[in-house]
Amino acid sequence: MTLPETIPFLGFGWDDALFMLLAAILIGAALLVVGLRDIIRCGLAMIICFAALAGIYVIAGAPVVAAAQVLVYIGAISVLVLFAIMLTQTKAGPRELVFQTQAVPAAVLSLILAFVFAIVVGSTQWPVSTERVWTNTTDLAKKLFADYTLPFEVVSVLLLAAVIGGVFLAKRDRRDTD
Amino acid sequence: MLSFLDGISQSLDAYLVLAGVLFAIGSFGFLARRNAISMLMSIELMLNAVNLAIIAFGAFSTSLNTDASVIALIVMASAAAEATVGLAIVIAIYRNRRTPLVDEYDAMRQ
Repeated sequence: MTLPETIPFLGFGWDDALFMLLAAILIGAALLVVGLRDIIRCGLAMIICFAALAGIYVIAGAPVVAAAQVLVYIGAISVLVLFAIMLTQTKAGPRELVFQTQAVPAAVLSLILAFVFAIVVGSTQWPVSTERVWTNTTDLAKKLFADYTLPFEVVSVLLLAAVIGGVFLAKRDRRDTD
Repeated sequence: MLSFLDGISQSLDAYLVLAGVLFAIGSFGFLARRNAISMLMSIELMLNAVNLAIIAFGAFSTSLNTDASVIALIVMASAAAEATVGLAIVIAIYRNRRTPLVDEYDAMRQ
């Protein structure tokens, strides 16, 4: 049994449907991240948001970046954020006010920003092809380890510095222990 | 019915508008939340939006395709470093002030 070219009765293709589903999950989870009262649920919604974005990377034809997204964001950064939440959350946390007093101007400003982005994107003719290009992983590896060797090494030094700096900052000072 | 949506995953504009909306949501969270960790999560959302825009441009350009993936991977590594240092700073401040709310960090205002 083969699937039809387009979805019956709706008239658009399967990857379009997948794109719209993932985009809806992405935007909904992002709104939950900034809007929920309980911060641990914000952290869990952030994981869903990252997962939907990984799916969109696959639709955009960049599977290596999608795999890195799952490994780095879902695997490392989300766990880090959840640990930090659990270390700093008090029991009164969810009952307190979530937003600052400037929340309404911030919302207006963000809406204006989104509209400006949409207008700019809609009114510009980008000098690109109309067909999606799939990333060739072999070419990507050659590019990363030949043309971009210096940034690659600089990033590894940056990560080392971040690890040492994180340990130094979060370390409990011996004199202060009680 | 709804056939105007045909080919939406083949258009650069859809990806860019999605990235713009995600960036706007992240900027709202950064400006409006009181919790320092929520603000860091909003920064992660904005970094993801920029990454999506980079990948979208790469996906529709033959000459930029692999470069975009490389740049996105480097941005991810930088984001990991930023999250590490940022959360360490939040935990260090929490240890001194016993609160994660940024509007109570007023030691330099008095």
